[in-house]
Order: sequence, then C-alpha cells, then structure tokens
Amino acid sequence: MSDTLIAFDDVLASYDPAMGLEVHVELNTLTKMFCGCPTEFGAAPNTQVCPTCLGLPGAMPVVNRKAVESAIRIGLALNCDIAEWCRFARKNYFYPDMPKNFQTSQYDEPICFDGYMDVDVDGETFRVEIERAHMEEDTGKSLHVGGATGRIHGADHSLVDYNRAGIPLIEIVTKPILGTGAKAPEVARAYVAQLRDLIVALDVSDARMDQGSIRADVNLSLSPKGSGVLGTRTETKNVNSLRSVERAVRYEMSRHAAVLGSGQKILQETRHWHEDTGVTTSGREKSDAEDYRYFPEPDLVPVAPSREWVEELRGTLPENPTARRARLQAEWGFSDLEMRDTVGAGALNVIEQTIAAGTSPQAARKWWLGELARRANEQGLLVDALPVTPADVARVQALVDEGSLNDKLARQVFDGLFAGEGTPDEVVAARGLAIVSDEGALSTAVDNAIAANPDVADKIRDGKVAAAGALIGAVMKEMRGQADAGRVRELILEKLQ
Amino acid sequence: MPEITRDEVAHLANLARIDLSDAELDHLAPQLSVILESVASISGVAGDDVPPTSHALPLTNVFREDVVVPGLTPEQALSGAPEVEEQRFSVPRILGEEA
Amino acid sequence: MSDWTRKTAAELADALAAGETTSVEITQAHLDRIAAVDGAVHAFLHVDAEGALAQAAESDARRAAGTLLSVLDGVPIAVKDVLATNGLPTTCGSKILEGWVPPYDATVVRRLREAGLPILGKTNMDEFAMGSSTEHSAYGATHNPWDLDRIPGGSGGGSAAAVAAFEAPLALGTDTGGSIRQPGAVTGTVGHKPTYGGVSRYGLVALANSLDQVGPVTRTVLDSALLHEVIGGHDPLDSTSIDQPLPPLVDAAKQGADGDLTGVRIGVITELAGDGWQPGVMTRFQESVDLMVAAGAEVVEVSCPSFVHALATYYLILPAEASSNLAKFDAMRYGLRVWPEEGASAEEVMRATRDAGFGDEVKRRIILGTYALSSGYYDAYYGQAQKVRTLIARDFEAAFEKADVLVSPTAPTTAFKLGEKLDDPIAMYLNDLATIPANLAGVPGISVPSGLADEDGLPAGVQILAPALADDRCYRVGAALEAALLKQWGAPLLDKAPALEGPSA
Repeated sequence: MSDTLIAFDDVLASYDPAMGLEVHVELNTLTKMFCGCPTEFGAAPNTQVCPTCLGLPGAMPVVNRKAVESAIRIGLALNCDIAEWCRFARKNYFYPDMPKNFQTSQYDEPICFDGYMDVDVDGETFRVEIERAHMEEDTGKSLHVGGATGRIHGADHSLVDYNRAGIPLIEIVTKPILGTGAKAPEVARAYVAQLRDLIVALDVSDARMDQGSIRADVNLSLSPKGSGVLGTRTETKNVNSLRSVERAVRYEMSRHAAVLGSGQKILQETRHWHEDTGVTTSGREKSDAEDYRYFPEPDLVPVAPSREWVEELRGTLPENPTARRARLQAEWGFSDLEMRDTVGAGALNVIEQTIAAGTSPQAARKWWLGELARRANEQGLLVDALPVTPADVARVQALVDEGSLNDKLARQVFDGLFAGEGTPDEVVAARGLAIVSDEGALSTAVDNAIAANPDVADKIRDGKVAAAGALIGAVMKEMRGQADAGRVRELILEKLQ
Repeated sequence: MPEITRDEVAHLANLARIDLSDAELDHLAPQLSVILESVASISGVAGDDVPPTSHALPLTNVFREDVVVPGLTPEQALSGAPEVEEQRFSVPRILGEEA
Repeated sequence: MSDWTRKTAAELADALAAGETTSVEITQAHLDRIAAVDGAVHAFLHVDAEGALAQAAESDARRAAGTLLSVLDGVPIAVKDVLATNGLPTTCGSKILEGWVPPYDATVVRRLREAGLPILGKTNMDEFAMGSSTEHSAYGATHNPWDLDRIPGGSGGGSAAAVAAFEAPLALGTDTGGSIRQPGAVTGTVGHKPTYGGVSRYGLVALANSLDQVGPVTRTVLDSALLHEVIGGHDPLDSTSIDQPLPPLVDAAKQGADGDLTGVRIGVITELAGDGWQPGVMTRFQESVDLMVAAGAEVVEVSCPSFVHALATYYLILPAEASSNLAKFDAMRYGLRVWPEEGASAEEVMRATRDAGFGDEVKRRIILGTYALSSGYYDAYYGQAQKVRTLIARDFEAAFEKADVLVSPTAPTTAFKLGEKLDDPIAMYLNDLATIPANLAGVPGISVPSGLADEDGLPAGVQILAPALADDRCYRVGAALEAALLKQWGAPLLDKAPALEGPSA
C-alpha cells in the first residue's frame, strides 16, 4: 500500500511546515552510563554486560562522570543553560530489549536547556532553538528470527543482545522549527549536519550515523498557510543519514498535504523511514494509553554541577564550527562560493593546515580542491584520507614558488607521493624533476630551436611576439619540461630583438 | 472521594502487563478502592511551600570514573535465561514496531 | 556438651576464640536444629548445609593459621531471601523467581563472606517484602516459634523466626516500613534498621528504593551491633550510600550494657499510643520507659503531628516505586516464563507470567503504584506523598531538639493468628504504624523485647529511634534497656518460649 503524495510546490502553496528534530547521540565514553561495562562496537553478544545493565534483581546504577561532562559540553556548545540541580527519572514501559522495563532518563529536569544553533542554508541563516539536551541510556538489540526478511513482522522469535543496553545517550530536542517554508527539508538536513560537525569537534561521540551513533527522529506537522495553528504531528524514526533527513521531511510534507487535502485527519503516530524505498510507513499509534509514569529515579542522587565545573568545561570547548568557518573565510579572503566548495569537499582542515605550513590560501585551495580533489574523487576517498599530507602540499608549493617546479612537474611529484616514493624532495630527486636553471644548457636549446624554425624566428624579429609560443614549446620539449617557461621566453626575445 | 472502577483496574493491569482474570478484577477493584480512600487522606496535607523529599539524606553528585570494570561472562549473564540461542536471550516474537 | 544454638553470637565468638569449639561444630549444631524444628517453623526457603560446612571448615583453618577475617569469623548466619547470593537460590518469596540463582553477591553478602561468616541458607519472607506476616510468601507462611498458629511478623518473619527458634544466631533482614523491627517485636528478638544509606542496598532486590535498608536480626543488642559493623559502611556500588565511617556501634552497645543512662533524654511520641494499641503492649512499654528513667534517663513528651499521615504516605510511595521495580520480572531474562498458548507474543507471555507469578498482595500494590504514578494523578499522590515526607522529617528534627532518642512500642499488638488479616489489607497495613515514620525520614531504629503481654503471654517490643547517622544511640539505649529487663527477668525472654521439638530431635 503506497501513500498518496502531493507535489512539493503544491504543498507550499497551501501549508506551512513545522518541524521538530530529536537527535540521539551515543557518547564515546569507555564505559556505560550507569556501570563499568565497556562500550566497544561489534563485540560478541552479551559479553559486555553486568548485573546493572542486564537489569538483574538487586543491581544498582552509578552515574558515569565522563558522560555528565560530555552532556554539559554538548549543552554549552549549543548555547544552553546548564541546570544547577537536576535528577534522573524512570520512563516506564515494557519492551524486551529494555532490561528493567524502564529507561533511566531525565524528564522535567534536563541537564541542558534553552539553547540554539544557527543553521546555514545557501547563505541564509536559520536559528534552530534547542529545547533541551538530556542524559539517558540505550537499549539492547534484537535479532528477529524466522521471518522471511529478518524483520520483526512475521518473525517467530527474537534473540536479544544486551551489549548496547546502558550505553550513554544524549537526546537533543529542538523547539518547533517554523518559517522555513520550502527550505524545511534542507534546514533539517543542515541542522543535523552541523550538529554532527559539532559533536565531532567536541570529540564526545564516534558520530557515525551509519553505525547508529547519531540517530535522528523527525517530527513534522503542517498548518494551513498563514494560520499559525500547528497541525497534528507524526514522528518519523530510523532516519539514519543526512540525505534521509532531508528526504523524510520532504516525503512527510507531501504525504500530510495529501491526507489533509482529501479531508482526512493526520493520525498522531510513529512512522518508520525506509532508506531503500524512500517512504515512511505507519508504526505504533500514539494513544492516550501511552503513559510513561515518569518519577525521579530513587537509586540515584541529584546531579548538581557547580558553576566552577561548568566554567572549567566551557574552557575545553573547541571553537564553534560556524564561527570558525566565518573566521577562516575572512582570514583567507575566500568568496562565499569558494568557502562553500571547501566545506563541501571536507577540505577545511587540510587547507587550514597547509596554510599554516606557509602556503598562500589561494594556492592551498587550488591544490586541494583541484588536483587532489580530482584524485580523491577517482579513488572514492575524502581529501583528508589521501596519502598526501598538508605538509607535502606546502612543500610542493614552496618548490613552485622558488622556481624549482612548475605546475606540470608538481603534478608528477604528486604521482610520486601517491606511489609511496617518499617526501616531495625525495620524489623530485629520484625522478629528476627539478627545473633546469643552467643558463648555458638553456641558451643552447634556444639557439637550436631558432635554427630549426627560421620562419618563426623571422616573424618574431618582425615584432610578432605572440609567435614566441611555438619556440617556447620546442625548447620545453628539448628540456623535457624541466625549464622555467618564463625564462625561456625572455631568452628567445633577447636573442631575436 | 476517589473511587477506582473495575474498568480502571483493568486499564492499570494492562499498563502493568498483568493478565488479570475477571474473578481477580472483581476481587481487587473493591479492595483497591478502600486502600485508595484511606491513602487519599494526605491530599492537601502539605502546601505548595513544602519541598518534596526524595532521599532521606540530601546527597548530590555521586559519580564513578569512566573506567572499565569486569562484568559477567556470557555464561553467567545467560544462566537464568528461560531460553538461549546463539549466546542471546531467546524471547517470544515481539509485536509492534521495528526497533 | 554445650548447646551451641542457645548462645549469642558474641558468646560463640568468645568460645571460638578460646578454642572451646569449632565453626564446623557450631554450624553443624545449627543445621541439626534447622532439621529438627524448621518443618514446624518454616523459617528457611533454602538451606545450604554443604556450603555452610565448607565455609565453616575454611574458618577453622584460618583460625588455626591465625588469619582470622573478623571477630565473627566462623559464626554462622541466615540471610533473608531478598538479598542476592552468588550460587544460592534467591526467590524473594515469589514464584516468579523460583529457581533463580544470581551470578553475583549483594554487597552485604560479600561482606559476610569477607568476614568469614558461614551462610546457613535463605530465610522466608512475604513476597518481595510486601507484608507484615510472612503469609504472603509464595512458599507458605513462617510460624511464630512462640505459638505456631501465629504470624512471626513480616516481611522478614523468616529471619526473626530463625533467630527466635535458635536455628541461627544471626540473620540479615531488610526494613522498608518495619520488616526488621516488627518481626523482632512479635518474636521476642532484636532487630535494627540502620540510617538510610548506612548499609549498602546493592544486591537487595528493591521493594521501595527510597525506604529500604538492610540490617541485623539477632537475639541481643550487642550481636546486632557486631553484625552491623560487618555489613555497614560506604559502598561505591550504591549511589545512596553514605560516604562516612560508621559510628562505634559495638562500643555503644557495651557502654549501654553498663546500665547507666544518666543525662539521656528519652522522648515519648504522643501520636504512637491510644486507641487500637493492645493494653498489654502498652503496659510493657510503660515499664520499659520506667526502667530507663530508673537508669538515669529523663523522659520528655514529644508530639509529631504529621505521623498520622505516615501510613498513607508510605502506601503511596512504596507501591509507586515497587510497581516500577517489579516491571523487570517479565519472563525475558530470568525467572518464570508462562506461555498462555503456543506461539504467543512476548507481550502476551509477559502478561500471563506476571499474572501467574505474582501473588495477590503484589498485584494489589503494583496496580496501586501504577495508578499513583499515572499522568494526572502523579501530583496528587506520589508528589504529595513526597511532600508529606518532608513534614514527617521536620517532625523528627523538632523532636530530636528535645530528646536524644524517641521511643514507642514497636508494633501496636502482639502476634495475631495466621490468616486473621490476610484478606483485609488495611488491617494488615496498620501493623506498621509505628515503624513506618523512621523509613520515611531515613532515621535509624532498633526494636528490643519489652516482655510478654499479660493478656496473651506473647512478646512485645520497644522501638528506639535516633537521628540520622546516630545509630550508636539506638545501640546504647537499647543495650541499657535490655540489661535492665534481663536483671528483672533473671533470664533471657526467649527462655520462656515453648520448646520446639521436631520429630528428628
């Protein structure tokens, strides 16, 4: 059964979208949120468990200090207030992958609240307000056996591995994002992308969407254009790539509009995103019966971060990625387009390091976004994964600047570097790539070229300087490229004028 | 006066995942009403200015360091399991959503 | 030959130290006693004769090698079945955990092992510690050694009866609303509920996390102090554990035994007397107060007006926390699994298992707690109850301004007949009227036998409460009262209990 959809432009003619994004970030602490079990990804089933994370009768939780620090650092980076006093709460519901049948989370006292992130889409800035960021624990993982597809539906029974149960999560919840109109899908994507960059810069998570260490839920509703009345929302889960975030928003907008347009009501429900088919399907209906019976976790004591501790953690924050970009763009004098290309290619760090090693911003950009981006693309790699370091690029450009290499030779040096032939200087030496600056040899080659092309030489004598190109080509050919074309030109003109 | 109906008890039993029989519902509902009536006496006893007490002693900031400590072997972890398969807890088919 | 089962733990420790006996001999004597009388008493759910004797032999070897682990090394003990014991079944008196053998030890159990106490077995209790009579055990009631037709109190009736029937010199209990003290009172034994956070709860299968405490169950005040020093103190595995050294408890008990209470102010709580209190219990209580005055104490009357709300507060907080704690018993990872039909879903198996595995009282409290936590009711019930807790704690604070310790009868009546209150929850709940306030405020309390009520010849108890962290005051005053009563009686109260001779004795 497939959903009826309405063309995206038609949706916008009649409705304003409102979005809410809930992002779960799995922290990269060595141990779990409430016990000392390791958190490594991919271990054999039920090898990273203890009485606490298995929910054995009698076991008790103790909070991981590092997880609290990571939560506070995330909150500070999102411009949040940090609670002076907050508690954990139990969220009670039954599910076989949840060992205690309650999740230890936070309810009305999140550790971080009231923040924001400025999101850039095509040069336009949208402020996404953050409602809260709170600490909680992950669940176990089920393997469904006996069904045709390995999926839960039709499965005969399930096998549960609790290694993941209790891994610390930070859930970051936005306030409703309004006024994005046609850009709603891109804003959603850009928000998650920037949030991921921030998480990477903070080094608090592996930030691998493909491994589930960042998971996004997308809430969406439509309101009749200009009415300002929020409609019924759906919550789409399982959105595990940046591209999917954008597509899921677009899909739900079109689906909602179709449902509303046919006079029906949107069901408040959980929907599941299917990466392969690009559609959402209905999950569990959110009914009034869903009652999590939150109450403060009596086995834990309140977390009351001192202001000194918070300020100490603030001191460990990396520069905000957006602010950093603006600063670097100004320092480097890049145009908006150049900067966007740089960020898009993931070349910001390598260019910064190349410049730090003494290269001019434009030269650094030229290599990383030109020759090296092309090679990376051929190999399906990101530029920072190439076997060439910013120091290598800086050295190659230095050789060009001092006249020892020209661009063509420099590309041959990169061939050598890719082939693992050593440092740029070693490649130049081994391959004999340095420009010949021996005036005697050069002068002889120029004389030879003049002698071999008398008619061209005559044209130059007659003042047709443009004809010199043919002679330069002949000299470079004899010199096997290892000459400075500018100097060759000077010599030709000296001899013929 | 709080009264707890048979339907309410059935709803609560459902939330608590207990499969109460009709006989049990008939038996429990009136008992719960009596209990509820007696505990409801505390409503209004403490004013808005009274802070709640969740712990007998006011401790805060009890943390452990992020250091791995040995847990259970898989054999120990699975020792009480009703059914085991592939070193995992085998559970009946799960209704509902994709996890 | 001495009957080692009649000795106190302190006497056994002395006899072991003097080389008069061995841990194996003492442990065997208690196992024999269990074999003789437990058929009638049913204090134990599981007896580990082999394990206890092996641990006793190790203790004897340590003694020979001069590497003793503690004063109580070699003195056997019984453990309430709500505490996780690695390798020994732990059922909490419930069918839902039948056959479950934990792969880990509760911290207090680990400390027993580290102190060298052989573990005799696991004692009976109301299912998940919900009850005041041990009748709610899924494995059958425990019988009061003073009258086998009567309840031994609850929820820790098994531990109290085991000690009262000389099946064990020491036992561990847990006290959420009186489960150590009330069984102590009705069996003529001593039980102490420590300051909340004073003894680790790690491995205690939680009933109500914010109220539960593990404590000693013994025949004398000194024995309780000795055991308390073994199990107490900070535990990093329990976030609510107090990171401070224990006060000197054994010293306090020894000081109290000298019988001098000069300068000690004893507060009698006005609200814990009156209608519904058995006259014989009140008479013994008044005598105890008089004896303390004779020992030099000053008596003051204190009022704790909020205590009238303690029972209601307790029966909102406890079911709420319990309903969440007991959610983990779902047939997925351990314990009972009931299939309502072939091919049933996980959810259906959970429902059927929880229906079959939990008893009536547990179901009542889960439903009540689920109700109290439900959206729309939270503020009116659980939220309000937490505020009333503050009022009760303030009453204690004010009372402890005027008095060093507070006293009351431990329970309003002596042991009632088995079955008498089984289907009248409110009447059952009233047994804990006097003991509950201490749990709500987290303060320590000890119950000491006060004698036999005139009308039925059954034991009654006096409860002595102290401010948080001042457990030593309970031991000092308790030991002084115990000494004064012993002088009056000429022999321990339990000597008046009927002999229990089983078929094999």
